[in-house]
Amino acid sequence: MSETPRTILDIRNLDISFKTNAGVVHAIRGVNLDLRKGETVAIVGESGSGKSVTMKAAMGLLDSNATVNSGEILYTYTDTDGTEKTVDLLKLSKKELRGTINGQRIAMVFQDPMTSLDPTMTIGKQIMESMFLHKHMEKEAARKRALELLNLVGIPEAEKRFKNYPHQLSGGMRQRVVIAIALSADPDILICDEPTTALDVTIQARILEMIMDIQEKMKLSVIYITHDLGVVAKVADYVNVMYAGKIVEVGNVNEIFYEPAHPYTWGLLSAMPDLDTDDDRLYSIPGSPPNLLHEPPGDAFAARNQFALVIDEKAAPPMFKISETHSAATWLLHPDAPKIEKPPELEARLERARKEVERYL
Amino acid sequence: MSTPLLKVDHLVQHFRMSRSYTVRAVNGVSFEVYPGETYGLVGESGSGKTTIGRSIIRLYNPTSGNITFQGADISGKMDRDTGSMLRKDMQMIFQDPMASLNPRKKVSDIIGEGLDIHHRYASRQEREELVAAMLKKVGLSPEHAARYPHQFSGGQRQRVGIARALIMNPRLIIADECISALDVSIQAQVVNLMKDIQQETSCAYLFIAHDLSMVKYISDRIGVLHLGYMVESGTTEEIFSNPVHPYTKSLLSAIPHPNPEVEKRRKSITYDYKSSGIDYSKGQEHVVSGTHTVLATEEELAQWV
Amino acid sequence: MQKEYTPVKEDFRLLPSRDLYTDTNFASQSYWKGVMIHFFRNRRAVIGLVIILLIILFAIIGPSLSSFGYRDIVQYRNADNKRVVAKGIAPQIPALHKLFTGEELEGNFAEYTFLFGTDDMGRDLWTRTWYGARVSLLIAFVTIFIDMIIGMSYGLISGYFGGKTDMIMQRFVEIANSVPRLVIVSVLAIFMPKGMGLVIVALLLTEWIGMSKIARAEMLKTKEQEYVLASRTLGARNSHIIFREILPNTIGPIITQMMFSIPTAIFTEAFLSFVGVGIALPQCSVGTLIEDGFNNITTLPYQILPPIIVLALLMLGFNFIGDGLREALAPKLEDM
Repeated sequence: MSETPRTILDIRNLDISFKTNAGVVHAIRGVNLDLRKGETVAIVGESGSGKSVTMKAAMGLLDSNATVNSGEILYTYTDTDGTEKTVDLLKLSKKELRGTINGQRIAMVFQDPMTSLDPTMTIGKQIMESMFLHKHMEKEAARKRALELLNLVGIPEAEKRFKNYPHQLSGGMRQRVVIAIALSADPDILICDEPTTALDVTIQARILEMIMDIQEKMKLSVIYITHDLGVVAKVADYVNVMYAGKIVEVGNVNEIFYEPAHPYTWGLLSAMPDLDTDDDRLYSIPGSPPNLLHEPPGDAFAARNQFALVIDEKAAPPMFKISETHSAATWLLHPDAPKIEKPPELEARLERARKEVERYL
Repeated sequence: MSTPLLKVDHLVQHFRMSRSYTVRAVNGVSFEVYPGETYGLVGESGSGKTTIGRSIIRLYNPTSGNITFQGADISGKMDRDTGSMLRKDMQMIFQDPMASLNPRKKVSDIIGEGLDIHHRYASRQEREELVAAMLKKVGLSPEHAARYPHQFSGGQRQRVGIARALIMNPRLIIADECISALDVSIQAQVVNLMKDIQQETSCAYLFIAHDLSMVKYISDRIGVLHLGYMVESGTTEEIFSNPVHPYTKSLLSAIPHPNPEVEKRRKSITYDYKSSGIDYSKGQEHVVSGTHTVLATEEELAQWV
Repeated sequence: MQKEYTPVKEDFRLLPSRDLYTDTNFASQSYWKGVMIHFFRNRRAVIGLVIILLIILFAIIGPSLSSFGYRDIVQYRNADNKRVVAKGIAPQIPALHKLFTGEELEGNFAEYTFLFGTDDMGRDLWTRTWYGARVSLLIAFVTIFIDMIIGMSYGLISGYFGGKTDMIMQRFVEIANSVPRLVIVSVLAIFMPKGMGLVIVALLLTEWIGMSKIARAEMLKTKEQEYVLASRTLGARNSHIIFREILPNTIGPIITQMMFSIPTAIFTEAFLSFVGVGIALPQCSVGTLIEDGFNNITTLPYQILPPIIVLALLMLGFNFIGDGLREALAPKLEDM
């Protein structure tokens, strides 16, 4: 790699709270994340970790009861006149966001294709509509491009499908259409929020492969939000592990999967049944994620962490650097911390994984 | 082999939506579940797996076929004793943690519902104790008994659902996609819990799922469903080490490996029923080896094995 | 934001093993509490509630605040032993009159306070108005309550069993619904004497339909829910499932419907009494008072005001409450 690609999306110290009937929920508690051009970044976490909220903040899609307490989301792009501009997405008004960023430069694909599509409009029309809106194309040009996109996302007999309504397509097809609409305005960044969770497993791989192909062709940068580590292993270059509104570990995909450093990441990896294990019990992280109505002092993961230290109940750990690309927020990395071995089942599994790689290559 | 706890014989379940349109959800599925084992029923959306579970527990009335449970026929009109036995010894855990618990009922009433219906306690005190014991067994605190479902997380709600089924001490529990809606780490918790319960009570599970890796982990034997037909069945070992049917092969190849270097290079096998030339209705059940069977015509069998 | 914490060596010991297995996390708000908070944030709903509560309050204590009953004719015998009746006295408050004009009020009944005045027969309108409100409210609450029970049960049962049962039951509803209320009342008037009984029966026969439709819709929405299936797999009887499992989940929209039915009932009673088919004078309900006031509108224009205003406020108030309830009960995503 001659030079590192430049950062196009930089989230710094994002802090968001929600006002609910029951009180204030401190949902995002200081998130730092960056995306470089052409890369695929995954945000992994359980429900309630805040991964969707983080990206919704970038798109201006936060609910009305959300308050951004602090932080910035810096987006760098090449403007129509060729100059490079950087804006803080949090400072733009909703109108500016809708007008220039959403759909045009940053597009989002959601989990449920059935609710993302308008049931009363043919899919061809929906793709074209997006193009009228963002690129002010003429009808003929838009139609041609729409057909191109349908082919690009792998929909067979695109001419025929053009006039179909969403309910006439299968789940996988619908998701492809949603992606086509997202791509119609030539965005720089594609955010996929659990794009394959609602789909059958045989379709999942194909959708992901399709997105990866397009990413290469169109020089896209992609952010995946998911709880599925299989998806992450397949698509991601970099992984951010999120827990209770914070990023607890970040690194490139190999570091996270072969040398995880945070006990939560250990838990996530161990909880997946391995096709090769004959273990009697699946290791699982006990308990459930904390209720951020009552923010726990110290490390939010401490209550579920069998390797918790005394200090975990007193102070939240900072990010400790392991390598240029790999960091984790756990007191176990502090020089004074005891040396903790990974659980033996996990270590055995990681060993098997490394061996499998050798066999494959 | 001992006598099967549950025997499903050529179960057909069709739903007549209108005069011209019938949904053929299940088309002649047969399998057996033995006491104390876990039988995994695997398939994607539209395979009929949920329908099979619901037909067995008589939420639907089977269109045709025979279902025998603990020696009694439960597929036709049941007499009072059989009906009562079915409602006690067979229980179900549902998929959606939000919808499977009555939002207006306290957790103790939800769990104790079976006890209430079948008068299984002598005093309110005893009922409370039974419910508290069950809460502890599924890893919840007994002080949760007075709370309402919306005050719990998805994983906790599933545990309540398990407690509700378990308190009846059933011989067979049908787990209908009961972990699909949960986060992976919570799935592991629930599955471990189910395994513990099985060890303690020797109950059998009919584990309906679409996630093959979890199915492999928990099941002793597996049946693969596609479009309402059982295309392949056998022990877990047989299916995973020697898949015969092209659908099974594509399903297995679609399982993601949490191994980036491997996963990035792997290409999954595709299988499209419409263009494959296979007609499930023409296939017969053939034995491949041991208990391993596959649905195929003579020619197809020759091709695949 | 946490203060910077400087760790000490002792902090890096492992915590002693704890019971991680038992899950104690939960969110702490009850459903109805959330509904109430939402309801009370809605200003119009609160105003409606206040109006209704005030009217109910006065309906209860109003008549006793006056020294005259609703049938009493305010009169006395004067020096010539002739009867002097307090007919047609416009609203008067002696104390205020003195305050504003500095003079004593004049007239035969100058020392009495008639907040709403007296009617053409000499009766205290304050007492009559609140007594009338009491009667109207009573009729409305009772009939709507019974209608709720009838309509709710009908709709729930029809929706639960579906198929042929549902079809027959719904056909019946359609027929019942298509007969205009006036026709029903006219037919009833042939068989029944005028009065409260007729009004109540008329309301019972018509108001249950709306309730049953709502109940049926809620049932159709709910009966395929997994918790209902769970009850079935546990062997619960149908009656248990309908009334103990599903009903509590449908009670919200049904109560909302009640809030809208009550003003309809009040108005229907008023209307029927006004056209002479319902309650007759000297019995008073809001409707008869309006009829009375209407008959005297050219001579005593103030007489119609109190009952009309009370009627309008009642209808407005219940509508506001109904709107507020409907909004507060609207399904929201329950986050943890």
